[in-house]
This record gives sequence, C-alpha cells and structure tokens, in this order.
Amino acid sequence: MNKLELQKTANEVRKGIVTAVHGAKAGHPGGSLSAADIYTYLYFEEMNIDPKDPKKADRDRFVLSKGHTAPGLYSVLANRGYFPVEDLPTLRHLGSYLQGHPCMQETPGVDMSSGSLGQGISAAVGMALAAKMDGKDYRTYTLLGDGEIQEGQVWEASMFAGHRKLDNLVVIVDNNGLQIDGKIDDVCSPYPIDKKFEAFNFHVINIDGNDFDQIDAAFKEARATKGMPTAIICKTVKGKGVSFMENNAGWHGKAPNDEEYKTAMADLEKIGAELGGAN
Amino acid sequence: MADVKKVATRESYGNALAECGADFPNLVVLDADLAGATKTGVFQKAYPERHIDCGIAECNMTGIAAGLATCGKIPFISSFAMFAAGRNFEQVRNSIGYPHLNVKIGATHAGITVGEDGATHQCNEDVALMRTIPGMTVIVPSDDVEAKAAVRAAIEFEGPVYLRFGRAAVPVINDTPDYKFEIGKGVLLREGTDVTIIASGITVASALEAADMLAADGISAEVINIHTIKPLDEELVLASAKKTGKVVTAEEHSVIGGLGSAVCDCLSQNCPTPVLKIGMQDVFGESGPANALVEKYGLDGKGIYGSVKEFVK
Repeated sequence: MNKLELQKTANEVRKGIVTAVHGAKAGHPGGSLSAADIYTYLYFEEMNIDPKDPKKADRDRFVLSKGHTAPGLYSVLANRGYFPVEDLPTLRHLGSYLQGHPCMQETPGVDMSSGSLGQGISAAVGMALAAKMDGKDYRTYTLLGDGEIQEGQVWEASMFAGHRKLDNLVVIVDNNGLQIDGKIDDVCSPYPIDKKFEAFNFHVINIDGNDFDQIDAAFKEARATKGMPTAIICKTVKGKGVSFMENNAGWHGKAPNDEEYKTAMADLEKIGAELGGAN
Repeated sequence: MADVKKVATRESYGNALAECGADFPNLVVLDADLAGATKTGVFQKAYPERHIDCGIAECNMTGIAAGLATCGKIPFISSFAMFAAGRNFEQVRNSIGYPHLNVKIGATHAGITVGEDGATHQCNEDVALMRTIPGMTVIVPSDDVEAKAAVRAAIEFEGPVYLRFGRAAVPVINDTPDYKFEIGKGVLLREGTDVTIIASGITVASALEAADMLAADGISAEVINIHTIKPLDEELVLASAKKTGKVVTAEEHSVIGGLGSAVCDCLSQNCPTPVLKIGMQDVFGESGPANALVEKYGLDGKGIYGSVKEFVK
C-alpha cells in the first residue's frame, strides 16, 4: 500500500474502533486510536499473514501486550478480512467472540491472549525464541503501552530478548503520554524510554507513530537490524482522529454516548473526505 | 525402614525429563537460575539446546513458555513451588490457564521439607492456588516411581499441568511390577474397614506406616494415594468413605485449599462424612531439618497414627 492508501485504511480502522466501543458502551478508545496507524501498517504492510489461514505455521506473530486496546486490534483484523466488520459492535457483549481483552481461543487472528499488563511481551519473546530454535524466519511483533512499561516484567522480558539477541523481535511502544491516572510523567515517569531499551541491548528507533513515512522507515530498519532486537518508540496522540478525545486521559477507558459517537464519526468522515474518499 | 531406598522427587523430575528428551523432540525445559536445585540440569546436560535458563525472572519465564507453546513446543517451567505457583500465580492463570496452553509447571522444593531455608521458601499454598485455575491439572507424586511416571504422562497429556516435587529424599514405595500411573486415577494401597486415610506426596509413605501401627491396635485403616488432586478421583474417594464412614486426609500443605479441601468438596456434596484434615494448620513453617519438621507438624507415620487414633476413638 502507498501512504495515502494506508492513511485511508487507518481512518477506516479508527471508525471501527469508535463503532466497537460505542456498541460495547465500554472499552478503551484512546490507546486504540493512538495506535491505529501502527496496527494498520503491521497488518496491511509489514506482516506475513493470511486472513484465510489465521494459524498458518510460519506466519508472523503479533502480541497485543497492551491488551486493553483490543478494539484497535479487532478493527484492523476485521478490516483485513479475518471476520466481518459488521461484528465489531458486539464487542464485550455476552456471547460475543470479541472479548473485552484479546482471547486467542475466541477470535480469529489473535495469536495470544493478553490484557494483564507486562505479560504479552514475554509471550512474544517466547515466540521469537521458538522461531530461532526451529530455524524459521517468521518475525514477532508486540505492542506495549507507555504506562505498561512501568510493569517490571517488561524489563525481565527485555533483558532476556537482548541477551538472546532476538533480532526477529520488534517491541513497539505506543508513547501517547497518558495513562488512566494522568500523564505518565506525573504518575511514575518511564522516561527516558529509548535509553532504557538501549541499556537492555535493543536497537532503538524513535519516531512519530502517527506518520506512515516514519513508521515505514522504522520497520524497514528493524528488519535490517541483525544481532539485537529492535524497539520502536512511537510518539503518538492519544485519541488521534477524534477531536474531543485527543490528548485527553479521560478517554482512556470510556465509551462515547450516542451524541459523542455521531461527533466522532463526523470527525473521521471529514478526515476521510480530506484524504479523497475510500480506497 | 533404614534399608528402604530413598530418592527426592526433584531428582526423579530431572531424570525423567532427560529420559523423555529423545522421545519428545518438542520438549523444552525452562529454568530460573535453579537448574542445579530443580535438577533440570540433568536435562540441560543431555539436551543443552533445549534447556533455557531465563535468569531469576519467573514471571517472564512463564510468559516465554506460553509463547513457545503457541509455536508447538511442550515447555516445562521449573522453579521452587513458592515462585512457580506463588510469585507466578497471575502469570500462570492469565498466560497459561486462560488460553489453556500446553505448558507444564515443574515445581520443586514444595512444602516444609525444604527444611533449613525456612518459611519464606516453604510453600504450603501452591496446590490451593493451582487447583482454582480452570482447566489446570494438579499432580503431587509420592515417590520416585510415581514422579517419573507423572512427568511422562504430563508430556503426553494436552493442556496445562502443575507437578509438585520435593527437596528431601523420600522412600520408594511404588516399585511394584504392576504399578501403573494414570492422571486422575487414585490408588488404593491398602484395604481397611474402620477409617480411610487419603494422602498425597510424602504423606503416602507416612500413611502406610501409620496403618501398620493402627493395625497393631486393632484399627483397620484403608490407605489411598491421591496423586492427582485435580481432577480428583471422586469415585474412589466416595466408595471408600461409604465403606469406612470416616476419612482422614494427610498432606504436606495447608489444610486450606489442598487435598483435604478437595476431598471435603467431594464428600460434602455427595456423601457427607466426618473428615479430619492433617496438614499445616494455617501456620507458616520454620527452619530445621526436614525430618524434624515433618515430625513436629505431625506428618510422619507416628504423627498420622496419633491423629487418626484420636479421631476414630
């Protein structure tokens, strides 16, 4: 996909996020929207996957370590063809295969159940290790929140990944700057994030995580990096694309009401129109 | 009993892993800087490329095992029970239990027979923690023969399994030609009519000893080895309880949540029966030689004999 196609697709992914969370009357739109461009790039450009064969043995793997942003993952999977986009509003409903946090047994395309922060990255490390042990060339990607990296297990996993030189692993940090209780640097600052991963023997790339040129360059650089894992620290805007959600910690884990939903969708329609309509 | 062969079940664990290595190429063993103590070092020596030392980071080890399992490996994670089940509880629940991944947890140094290290390392709560996780199988082998058989059975079984091993050498009691291990199937070791003693792990040998002493007093005790605490062999427990009308459980674990509780859960719903629970009575352990601690907390043959005699009187 070229940049414009990716931007248009990401906008559709954002509509799916807002629709899912509105349908659920609960969920986490802020961190789903901030990472929508990352999700889109991974599933439409970067990863070797097949929606018709979600468990293909040598596929690339993705673990959503910040599992509460499942609406983002579900929306990109739906838009990529793993399941119908029309099912997104069933998110969190009783009996739905779209659980509040990712469940690998329920949802096609979900490679690991996650949601308890700090645990997903360890599973991703295990997948990358399995590829190395078996001499396979599939790659593993994991997305973490910037608040999530306050969890100690993240650094246990990073130490191991650096030590084992897992260059088939890409750790992506969605640095939107906000967690439930406020700004990450007010709550318990994880900064400097890049220096920390460097100290754990990662190749580190800092980018604007809402800019597809920079995202594209970073993932290409990660692929070319040998002998160490890569961490891509993505500066993003929480709630990106929805005017009243942007940079507002209050929209970390809250669903829009009907009125707000209309406003949010109008915002995204406008962005879509500015991009020149659908792909 | 001086001439009885004794082996620590952690030794059996390491040996069984090494013995299974050739039969199961997908078997991988993870440890957290305790390979010498958990005895996974035996496997490491035979299959260095399939042994992964994660350093002192049990929670990460658990997640790595989960990731490996999604890629078709059969990982065993190894640490002391305190860390494998205690520190790790939420990782086991969410990263292994919830997705029902094929990870085996080899927990060594369980219970008070850890000995001199004292209460911080004597885990008397692990069975309680593990049996609350949906879909988790919990096995507490009683000796070398059973521990080795349990490791192989766990590898052949699809799904998460918690295996509990001890530090101290315990008598080999199952080296009979017709010994057969089946997950979820208890073993009737001795028939009796007055009281049923249900034991697991190190207390199985103690229960047999106690039954001999009770017999000398004219009390006929039935002895059952429940090596699989979950799923519990309810049929065997109920049949025996109906026969004797009195049940004693004996375990090297808290009386809250372990074998005793599992047996009471079963009996209270199906066949209300008076039960005496022998085990750690809601207390922490302490430093001391393993055999002295077993004696102090009433888990040896003499201790069980005394408690049962009092109970049936």
